[in-house]
Amino acid sequence: MPWTRDEMAALAARELRDGFYVNLGIGIPTLVANHIAPGVDVTLQSENGMLGLGPFPREDRVDADIINAGKQTISELDRTSYVSSADSFGMIRGGHIQLSVLGAMEVAQTGDLANWMVPGKMVKGPGGAMDLVAGVRRIIVLMDHVDKAGTPKFRKTCTLPLTGTNVVDMIITNLAVFQRPDRQSPFALTALAPGITADEVRQKTEAHYLDEVSR
Amino acid sequence: MVQKIYPDAARALEGLTFDGMTLAAGGFGLCGIPETLIAALVETGARDITAISNNAGVDDFGLGKLLRTRQIRKMISSYVGENKEFERQYLAGELEIEFCPQGTLAERMRAGGAGIAGFYTRTGVGTMIAEGKETKVFDGETYLLETGLVADVAIVKAWKGDPFGNLVFRKSARNFNPMAATCGRVTIAEVEEIVEAGALEPDQIHCPGVFVQRLILATSNEKRIEQRTVTKEPG
Repeated sequence: MPWTRDEMAALAARELRDGFYVNLGIGIPTLVANHIAPGVDVTLQSENGMLGLGPFPREDRVDADIINAGKQTISELDRTSYVSSADSFGMIRGGHIQLSVLGAMEVAQTGDLANWMVPGKMVKGPGGAMDLVAGVRRIIVLMDHVDKAGTPKFRKTCTLPLTGTNVVDMIITNLAVFQRPDRQSPFALTALAPGITADEVRQKTEAHYLDEVSR
Repeated sequence: MVQKIYPDAARALEGLTFDGMTLAAGGFGLCGIPETLIAALVETGARDITAISNNAGVDDFGLGKLLRTRQIRKMISSYVGENKEFERQYLAGELEIEFCPQGTLAERMRAGGAGIAGFYTRTGVGTMIAEGKETKVFDGETYLLETGLVADVAIVKAWKGDPFGNLVFRKSARNFNPMAATCGRVTIAEVEEIVEAGALEPDQIHCPGVFVQRLILATSNEKRIEQRTVTKEPG
């Protein structure tokens, strides 16, 4: 059975280490915050200028001036600080954020990422995604293994306009996990969802990868 | 002492707006946007505006108001979702957009305000954003040359301001406002509260008055929420 979105988020949460500063993208990546292990203390950063994100507030404590990058109302913690957008992206671009978890439309075997536009459709813009992949030290992608038409999303090369080149370190799909030790190495299949075979993953993947599961 | 406090938004904008002007606006989504000044800009009738702003508001709020009246010809933004009228004008070819990665946009405004003509960043290397831009290799890594931005007029929202134009922002409503303030040839701030001279702690001022030429008391503080997310758990 393929992993659910929450199970995918839980797998990403296992990559968090005590003391990490982490930026979670909009959508499934946001769920990672619900799965942080006890004893692992991480500080979440939001690129609109908030460091130390708290959970959603109680109805009576909603404050329009406290939002995350998804424009959702959130709350403060005792560690929270606010900065300008320039300083916030200084943290990101300057390599001060250890990990970012993002969604994707396509990932290439070289680690290229496409997650901001589909030609012919209304383009909303890259937001902060290009800055995040260029600056954050480690990038984990959460995505469905194939798109709605059944086309593999982990590919030899991306067909969609890129967000960044050679920026992805780990891919968690609903079927499998791929990762690589550094950005010169190829990706390796390192885990399969329950009941999913390495053969099925091979069939549904266009990218070349090493198989560390079936060895 | 030069009087920076103006009686209202219309008078603060007097003599500053013209067709083809460049406008920088603070705000992220609908958070920390200069609502009062945007509404007053509609009344000026200035057209063919190039707007430098991270987002484009929604249909009836924020910069969406200036889009609805077709006063904006070009946007320099990182993300313009959530606005149907924007989409319609863009697809009809009536509106131009220059997409700029969010961090690059913040830095371009900061650089423009700090007298820096351009800077190199890794953001956007190898993407469409890099097309036509100069690159340079530093220490084996490729960087992209991005230019600073300066606006004819900048409009910002702050929480508190004093008669000298010193500003304090509130929480995540700070966002692009400090950089917008620096990159305007003339900057107008609207504040939720005007405080007396000396009332702001000098060590806690986010934007010093040198960057603010005109200041008004905001009459619109709707602070519309885009995504109201709450928990039912006691906290």
